Amino acid sequence: MSIGNNILVKLNNVGFQQNQKWLVQGVSLQVEKGKIVTLIGPNGSGKSTTAKIALGLFKNIEGQVEKFTNNIGYVPQKISIDWTLPLRVRDFMLLTDNLTEDVIDEALSLTGVINLKDKSLGNLSGGEFQRVLLARAISKKPDLLVLDEPVQGVDFTGEIALYELIKEISEKLNCGILLISHDLHTVMSATDHVVCLNGHVCCSGSPKEVAKNSEYKALFGEQASQTLSIYEHKHDHVHANDGDIKKN
Amino acid sequence: MFDDFFIRALVAGIGIAFVAGPLGCFVVWRRLSYFGDTLAHSALLGVTIAYSLEFNIAVSIFLISSAIALILIQLQKKTNLPSDALLGLLAHSSLAVGLVAIGFLTFIRFDIMGLLFGDILAVNKKDLITIWVGGALILLVLRLIWKPLFASTVNYELAQAEGLNPDRAKAVFTVLLAAIIAISIKLVGVLLITGMLIIPTAMARNLSDNPKKMVIFAIIGGLLSVFIGLFSSLEFNTPSGPSIIAAALVLFIFSLLKVKQTIQLKN
Repeated sequence: MSIGNNILVKLNNVGFQQNQKWLVQGVSLQVEKGKIVTLIGPNGSGKSTTAKIALGLFKNIEGQVEKFTNNIGYVPQKISIDWTLPLRVRDFMLLTDNLTEDVIDEALSLTGVINLKDKSLGNLSGGEFQRVLLARAISKKPDLLVLDEPVQGVDFTGEIALYELIKEISEKLNCGILLISHDLHTVMSATDHVVCLNGHVCCSGSPKEVAKNSEYKALFGEQASQTLSIYEHKHDHVHANDGDIKKN
Repeated sequence: MFDDFFIRALVAGIGIAFVAGPLGCFVVWRRLSYFGDTLAHSALLGVTIAYSLEFNIAVSIFLISSAIALILIQLQKKTNLPSDALLGLLAHSSLAVGLVAIGFLTFIRFDIMGLLFGDILAVNKKDLITIWVGGALILLVLRLIWKPLFASTVNYELAQAEGLNPDRAKAVFTVLLAAIIAISIKLVGVLLITGMLIIPTAMARNLSDNPKKMVIFAIIGGLLSVFIGLFSSLEFNTPSGPSIIAAALVLFIFSLLKVKQTIQLKN
């Protein structure tokens, strides 16, 4: 662990190619403690690939990845559990770490699926499974959370609640979060830093800066850049840089 | 007590059932049953080498099977052939080479049937030590790699992302498979070892809703198969390996009744 340094993972000009095709190239970003970094971009823009590079899942990458923690929670985009393996939610929670019953219960309660603890994983709905995945990733109190579309298939109200939970967790555990999301509303409201990908980094910065960027507008359309302003209109205060809240 | 050949076979079978249960679960979960077959077929080559060089049979089988496993992993990386084709290639060529080699060893009297299907008469006191010491070692190593192996069986990327080492666990597990084949060849035979690994496990799957339970039921299923199989082998003068596997099959069929009940309950 580095001392006097809040960086958890740092990608320095990384790229990855498969079958002579670059999936992503020239990406630099870093995730710090207590900060949420969100990757956005169209399908096939290399969001998941970038997350996997950060996690060290690929060999033969270009550039450097510096990881300063090994305590990582990961919610992959796709996961299929083979029916030949009988697995209950409680077994799944213990997959990579030895946790006490209390810790498991707490995490499952936070994501609202404590009632599913003894259910078989194969019998869960998509949204329920997603909540279990998230519970498992946060239960080990990681330093770094990598969430690849963590709320896919979750109902609308649940989605908002889970994003709030994610923000809460980053503050409570002071962990860094690398988030991949399609939901621009949430991205713009809950994120500290946005990286807009399309095979390379199109633009990055605070949500506000990114929304104004012309490449972002070209990628997501004029309407998308309104997302932020719609959100901001709900605000009756502004955050000063020192954390002070000033009423408008 | 171990002077009676039947007691020896029983003690050997019990030892193997304890190891085959947990290993068999991973073979089924990871879809490796054909892989197990390939290793078992290559065991015949190991036997031949052991006889011609007057070398310990179990050690020889273990080395040859491990080598075949390593060759397979290399071929998977270096060729464009699908895994099942590579497995078939290695399984049948090593079986063929093994049988051809036996043909050359005319100066040794071979019991081919015994090698292929097991022979309880052949189990001696030294084999018992091999089975129980080897088996204990296998279980100990499996215990050590359980977490990464199990996690990567559920999801490889999740296990790797969260700091476990799935590749190492996989390599070690492959060696453990070679080891159980080496220690159980005398009792079950080359052609049926995979059955010993997967049939009790398949039965256990029908009766369990979680991994731990499945491992325990697989062990119980293996033990019952050994008892029933060996007693009927003695009673009807049938080869030990097929008798044990046939007993396992009967248990599996009974376990289907339980599945039927659960399905009916669901409806």
